[in-house]
Amino acid sequence: MVRFENVSKVYPDGTKAVQELNLHIARGEFVCLIGPSGCGKTTALKMINRLHEATSGKIYVDGRDISMVNPVELRRNIGYVIQQVGLFPHLTIAQNIELVPRLLGWDKARRDRRVNELLEMVGLDPAVYRDRYPRELSGGQQQRVGVLRALAAEPDLILMDEPFGALDPITRETLQDELKRLQAKLKKTVVFVTHDMDEALKLADRIVVMKEGRVHQVASPEELLRNPKDEFVEQFVGRHRMVAPADSLTVGEIMIQDPVSARPEYGLAEAVATMRKRRVNSVLVVDEGGKLLGLVTARAIERGMARHRTLGEIMETRLTTVQPHQPVTHAVQRMLLERLEFLPVVDEQGRLQGLVTNTSLVGTLSGLEEAEQTGGATA
Amino acid sequence: MITWQKLARLTLEHLTLSLSAVLLAIAVAVPAGILLSRSRRLADPVITVVGLFQTLPAIALLAFMIPLMGIGTKPALTALFLYALLPILSNTCKGLLGVDPSVKEAARGMGMTPLQMLLTVELPLAFRVIMSGIRTSTVLIIGWATLGAYVGAGGLGEPIVSGYAMVSPKLILAGGVPVTLMALLADFLLGRLERKVTPRGLQV
Repeated sequence: MVRFENVSKVYPDGTKAVQELNLHIARGEFVCLIGPSGCGKTTALKMINRLHEATSGKIYVDGRDISMVNPVELRRNIGYVIQQVGLFPHLTIAQNIELVPRLLGWDKARRDRRVNELLEMVGLDPAVYRDRYPRELSGGQQQRVGVLRALAAEPDLILMDEPFGALDPITRETLQDELKRLQAKLKKTVVFVTHDMDEALKLADRIVVMKEGRVHQVASPEELLRNPKDEFVEQFVGRHRMVAPADSLTVGEIMIQDPVSARPEYGLAEAVATMRKRRVNSVLVVDEGGKLLGLVTARAIERGMARHRTLGEIMETRLTTVQPHQPVTHAVQRMLLERLEFLPVVDEQGRLQGLVTNTSLVGTLSGLEEAEQTGGATA
Repeated sequence: MITWQKLARLTLEHLTLSLSAVLLAIAVAVPAGILLSRSRRLADPVITVVGLFQTLPAIALLAFMIPLMGIGTKPALTALFLYALLPILSNTCKGLLGVDPSVKEAARGMGMTPLQMLLTVELPLAFRVIMSGIRTSTVLIIGWATLGAYVGAGGLGEPIVSGYAMVSPKLILAGGVPVTLMALLADFLLGRLERKVTPRGLQV
């Protein structure tokens, strides 16, 4: 779908932004370009739609050498999402979304249908949002529209330049989940620039680590965690994320000891404030005896905010739980099989003991591995 | 004394002279401002030079016009036109340069041609600033058009000039009051227009 062949970009002042880039991105692949600022990841991205021109080498999109394609035509067939969103403030949400289809000459009926379909896809009611203006939307909603705008003309390729970088952690995570869901359904080719390793690990099929204008390592998230090429990647990935054997550990050893919990009568707005403060995206609902009643995610709150007032009204009560003495492998299996993001830990009486999340799982495991290795060395 | 009839004729003359100067200035300054906004490096010096006209005393500028163009409407119109240029030119330029770069990047990245960007994104977003330049110019020019009487261009400056010579406050007021009203009215109407054509998404 996208192929870089010996691509370099040198600025007139001699700065080498990108050097000898070779990369092949397959159709339907989600690739994250990641690296410290100034590593050339954004430049590389913007060369694909010719917002930046390569100074040497060739880039092919869909088999065509893009230097031979009219940039305007090229861009209309590539979705583009930027960090600052860049919605047109003087146009309504519908007009923003249908912009590229309009440029491509779609008729009104088809554009209208497409706008409704897209808004519904991310849970924004067309009747409510079509005729609003960007400034009437929250930051998260604006970037949802930014993503929809890029999808509007059904491009096969989408470029995203740190699209969620300016959002607060909860909104960011919600949008990442949404993007992942959309991607699973739409199978677009996505090139995604980020400097957030968690984001890359969560979203990417393949991660391209860049350093000083060059590709440093290309690997799947799994591979990157297992075999970072060198110190630089290791540091970037963060030691705490690296994978460790999980068979000998129990749930009790790795769970988050003090998960965010609240009583069912707790208000939704308060819950959001607490979650923001603690930087988590779920809250466990317990009764006065500490017995686990249910779980509420940030997304559930966002959906239920308008109609409900308390956590008790919207909590998910059918929960899979584990007990502290069970092996971690059991927890991992449950999470994989049931596609869970959260796994509450309870004792025999159903009282809340802790929480296992998919990110905490990886994090905690690697810390233990390190401790084990150091222990082994001294012995 | 001055008759109502004469006052009406002078008012019409004044209005025509002022509006022609402003319309001419719009016709020149808006496109010029658009061109200038394409290059920030060029914009500053050009705006400075145009600003020089603004610093010349109006009466001196008019005096310069007489040997060049004689007397009558032509020199007055030219001088007023030069005065009207700057606010419109600099506001057009500022308005366009002030458009959020991320909006422009999005527009470009989505595959808009430079002309489409200008017409559907940049100008609508800069419109308010451009309009306020036009408003400033108009009010300014309605006031300065009274000086047109010195070069025989007529208008409401005539009773003021004669009133001054004849020490007749009545005559001065006969010119001064309508000019003030006209300027206030223009300001009010253009302000209304500005709000009316500002897209809802930009209103606060």
